Amino acid sequence: MARPVRFNVNTVPADTKNHISTAEMPPGYTGEGFFATKLSDAVGLARKNSMWPLPFATSCCGIEFMATMASHYDLARFGAERLGFSPRQCDLLMVMGTIAKKMGPILKQVYLQMAEPRWVMAVGACASSGGIFDSYSVLQGIDQIIPVDVYVPGCPPRPEGILDGFMRIQDLVGEESLRRRNSEKYSELMESYGIK
Amino acid sequence: MDNALIRQRLQEKFGDSLLNVDEPYGMLTFEVPKDMNLKVLQFLYDDPELRFQFLTDLTAVHYPGQPGRELAVVYHLHNLVDNIRIRFKVFTSIEKPDVFTATQLYESANWMERETYDFFGINFVGHPNLRRILNVDEMTYFPMRKEFPLEDQSRIDKDDEMFGRG
Repeated sequence: MARPVRFNVNTVPADTKNHISTAEMPPGYTGEGFFATKLSDAVGLARKNSMWPLPFATSCCGIEFMATMASHYDLARFGAERLGFSPRQCDLLMVMGTIAKKMGPILKQVYLQMAEPRWVMAVGACASSGGIFDSYSVLQGIDQIIPVDVYVPGCPPRPEGILDGFMRIQDLVGEESLRRRNSEKYSELMESYGIK
Repeated sequence: MDNALIRQRLQEKFGDSLLNVDEPYGMLTFEVPKDMNLKVLQFLYDDPELRFQFLTDLTAVHYPGQPGRELAVVYHLHNLVDNIRIRFKVFTSIEKPDVFTATQLYESANWMERETYDFFGINFVGHPNLRRILNVDEMTYFPMRKEFPLEDQSRIDKDDEMFGRG
């Protein structure tokens, strides 16, 4: 016997009245008609809810990312609606997939083309550590050539994993001090990768 | 045309230089001395009956257990008219891996010889542009030779005990 189709026979009207989510307010002083907070908190709030990711997808993790940005998992919910394919305008480099040694300089150039502040997320085992490709031709983790902020484990990670990694990036972005990129420590980090 | 005819034509032309003639899985396979590879290719190409004018594949094999003939260069040829394939090998020592290039005869040999050089270090004498094609230019070894371990030796984060090699 054929199974009766029972999807969406009793549609429930969307209850949007009290379900509009807004970004959480940073700590500060509020009163009649004013709100005062730290500049870095306000900037962080703005930045973390409007990230422009640059997908650098080379293999299967990239396929998972396609699911992540499509309607079901919907990366746009996190303020990353606009995926840029130009490093100049993006602030989050998402490296998804195996990076061969020959690809290394290209990845580094893409990173260098991005403007500060910039963040990097290594998605999946290969980007994080070389994964199963313990071989003469594969870079053993992208952190050998560029600094990485968040690693997402998995081979490949599920879209939930990528979303979780993205939220960790948002935490970093929201809490970052405005002076971090000018600090001694940061330039030392860049120096260690040969980036001036 | 069949294998027996090709074999007969080759034996008429090259006689005792033709070594180890066999037909594994129905594909005529033989070996020639390495300084004769171009003569054999030219004959197979020019002969009006044989017409092996398509170079399907050119690669190498490393046999570390054969002193003096460690590296084999393998040519796969295809007669597109009669749809017949053959394969032949030349062996060379690993100390002086010089083999004449087939680029004058087959354009496709250019990249395939570069790849064979890249992975096995075969020095194709007369090749117009013999440099690495797939691996990074800075690589100092030939990764498909068997003395080089498969795993990346530059890795420092691996604990041998965790991999059962303690």
